[in-house]
Amino acid sequence: MEHIRAPNSLELGPGMKDRHPITHHPSPITPPSHHPVTPSPAVAMRGISKRFGSVVANDRVDFEASWGEVHALVGENGAGKSTLMSILAGLYRPDSGEVEIDGAPARLRSPRDAIARGIGMVYQHFMLVEPFTVTENVVLGEQRSGVDLELGRVERELAGLSEKYGLGIDPRARIWQLSVGEQQRVEILRLLYLGARILVFDEPTAVLTPQEARSLLQTLRGMAAQGFSVVFISHKLDEVLEVADRISVLRRGEIVATTRPAETDRRTLARLMVGRELAEVVEQPASEPHEPVAQGDAVLEVRGLYALGEKGLPALRGIDLDVRTGETLGIAGVAGNGQRELAETVTGLRSVTDGSLRIDGKELTNRPAAEIARAGVAHIPEDRLATGLIGGMDLSENAILRGYARPPLCSGPFLASKAVASFTDRLIADHDVKTPGRWAKLRTLSGGNQQKLLLGRELAGEPRLIVAVHPTRGVDVGATEAIHQALRDQRARGAAILLISEDLDELLALSDRIVVLFDGRVMGAMPASGADPEEIGLLMAGIGNRESEVGTRV
Amino acid sequence: MLCIAGLKNWSGASANRATEASPLRSDKQASRSAHDSRLTTHDSPCRLSVLPSRRLDMTDILTPAFLISVLAAAVAAGTAILFACLGELITERAGVLNLGIEGIMLVGALSGAGACIWSGSAWVGAVVALAAGASMAAVHALLCVGLRANQVVSGLALTIFGAGLSAFLGRDIVGVPPPSAFRRIDIPVLAEIPVLGRILFQQSALVYISIALVVFLWWYIYRTRAGLRLRAIGERPEAADAMGIDVARLRALYVIAGGALAGLGGAAISLGTNPGWTEGMTAGRGWIAVALVIFAAWNPARAAVGAYLFGGVEAGQFRLQTAGVDISPFFLNMLPYLFTILVLVLSTREATRRLLGAPAALGRAYVREDRG
Repeated sequence: MEHIRAPNSLELGPGMKDRHPITHHPSPITPPSHHPVTPSPAVAMRGISKRFGSVVANDRVDFEASWGEVHALVGENGAGKSTLMSILAGLYRPDSGEVEIDGAPARLRSPRDAIARGIGMVYQHFMLVEPFTVTENVVLGEQRSGVDLELGRVERELAGLSEKYGLGIDPRARIWQLSVGEQQRVEILRLLYLGARILVFDEPTAVLTPQEARSLLQTLRGMAAQGFSVVFISHKLDEVLEVADRISVLRRGEIVATTRPAETDRRTLARLMVGRELAEVVEQPASEPHEPVAQGDAVLEVRGLYALGEKGLPALRGIDLDVRTGETLGIAGVAGNGQRELAETVTGLRSVTDGSLRIDGKELTNRPAAEIARAGVAHIPEDRLATGLIGGMDLSENAILRGYARPPLCSGPFLASKAVASFTDRLIADHDVKTPGRWAKLRTLSGGNQQKLLLGRELAGEPRLIVAVHPTRGVDVGATEAIHQALRDQRARGAAILLISEDLDELLALSDRIVVLFDGRVMGAMPASGADPEEIGLLMAGIGNRESEVGTRV
Repeated sequence: MLCIAGLKNWSGASANRATEASPLRSDKQASRSAHDSRLTTHDSPCRLSVLPSRRLDMTDILTPAFLISVLAAAVAAGTAILFACLGELITERAGVLNLGIEGIMLVGALSGAGACIWSGSAWVGAVVALAAGASMAAVHALLCVGLRANQVVSGLALTIFGAGLSAFLGRDIVGVPPPSAFRRIDIPVLAEIPVLGRILFQQSALVYISIALVVFLWWYIYRTRAGLRLRAIGERPEAADAMGIDVARLRALYVIAGGALAGLGGAAISLGTNPGWTEGMTAGRGWIAVALVIFAAWNPARAAVGAYLFGGVEAGQFRLQTAGVDISPFFLNMLPYLFTILVLVLSTREATRRLLGAPAALGRAYVREDRG
């Protein structure tokens, strides 16, 4: 057993030696993971506090994870889950508190220390160097001083490990050639190679198709069964209930409960996360009643649309779609299959290389973004602070970014400050934006409140078409509810909505029809009511006969 | 001011070498024929170049002996640029842009010449130039890596500071010939190889060092663990950080090492191709080195090709003039800069940069993001 160097400083607990995760000889049948036999927990974090400036991310948190268990850490965005785990991974140092690994106090001053203690983290944004091969990324993590890269040796060992754990990774592949799911498995492979025995996953299923997510969850269970300690950050309650042995709920930097799946349910967990009752998160989204709205003429008509992506390669390859008044068209797909480019071409931010774009029958292909906006297109962009709002400017300045050049917000070359003030105040009141006032700098607001202000601004002119990209990403549950309601109201008013999201539940809850994008093409389309997430998942993975599904036009 | 002085130096430096290495004709002949050729139209392309009373035209210039002498001079002249370019290359590979190379080269050139005059040894000069370059770059490392200041601003400040500082400290030794310099050493056996021997193995010690450095850096960047870390911190510092690599420490280290090489590049002028100190004597070679890194696609071997190409332009322009080719000397003087602008224009497009393989985190300060 050479290639896994079990960290010397880490004493295996009694009974753990047999269950050491990686051995060449077949491991003996392991005891059921629900009843860990080792006395000392794999991880014990006590009284951890961490603040960033005035924001308290963790407030005297106690957290424990045992060998052989999957421990889920749930909570809203900003509850402090990632911070807590980043402390465990050595990325942040806590302001106070202690960490014990396998019963021994651990000083985790850097990721190097954490790796040496057998702690490995799979971050939400993978920590892989894209132009490097899988093997090179692994060698990067080896704490070894030699000169030679020893790529051949590492490659062979990785191939063996990949086979053993059924990860299906070619060690010689370059990272950028791999799909998101494969990249995630590279991360897992690397942690296994580096001898990690405590595996932390930060929202690992957020970027996967349903099938990939299920297979990952099985992998996690399998690792726990082999004696690893698996910590799993998520806010998808179904997953958590399915896979976890124990569940800890974080709210505003504090652990409010630690429980077992058998002793709880969606509703209880949701209440614990948010601190109050919520209608939506406990409903099964697919069964959400969808009041019918009379659908009229096509507002957006896209025909044979081609556009280039960031790397100068075709990102859209002949997209056809229509969105009618009173209709929400949901675009599903794994990130990077043309969703961003679609939103940007429709709003005029990216040029069309072929095909046409019409709004309300008006030819707007490759017209300036301002003209498209004047035609009644609202845009809720993917990255609100990059494309939608300006962090360093105050709320009123952000509120008038769309309409500043037209009366009543201006008169001649001057801004009409009274009109600006009343306009902003109305936005703040109508959309329940929590802020000290319209003079506050935008970046001091939480993500949810920023998004509500953006939404208010974009919806203010009663747009004909709303292009919403990940409208609830990084937004707390309360704001998510408000944003969903606003989009429903717009649909009822008769707006056409192009909704792009990676959250299948959100798409199913809000859309009339779902279109699946894969590799810049429409893979399939179906009505949202009664749509089968399994089928959508297959289409997202590029599996399926699109001709028979779609016909000629969506 | 600086620029004009630079241009003068540039052609001056070339003049020294051109006369020393022109096998075809004496100075007198050269200038006479240069004069004559302006009156000649190129009407007889098949004129034999061995005729004693010939007039010069393109056929003379394209003789093998002439080309070899130009190539040898190109390697000699390109060495200063090569050192600076390799310095910038490892700096940028680590994700830091250093626009202070020109200033660092000037300080290196001055301290090299000064230390040589003081000690009598060119080698002492070279070591002092290395140290001076390193300490200049240490300022850049402190500002950009330690304090995460804007890399462009800090680099430009360093260039202006280096130009001023070297002009100020060098007042007393302007034009003083150093007692020693890096002179031509023929490497036994290898120097006898036809063509290649004359071009590569009848050069100064600094040239040999620079060639060895190209080979070493290529191996280091692509074949060692340290090189893998170097590429990782320039490509995706957060990934390197998560893997337990101390990004800030390594970046600072490479910025300083890169500065040391740029300093040595300065000394390669003041102790090599154009011995002695003159104000502004690097004449924009530092900027050319920065542009060359892009041209070289961050690869040391290609950096050598690029540096010798510029060396060739530099060495060739004077030879063309003496050979009587009817091109304005001002135009020829302008060539290196024109080429630099061209390289920069063509390669600053985001798409081109990615195609060339620019380090993805180049110019971006790294800080662990705060998350909630």
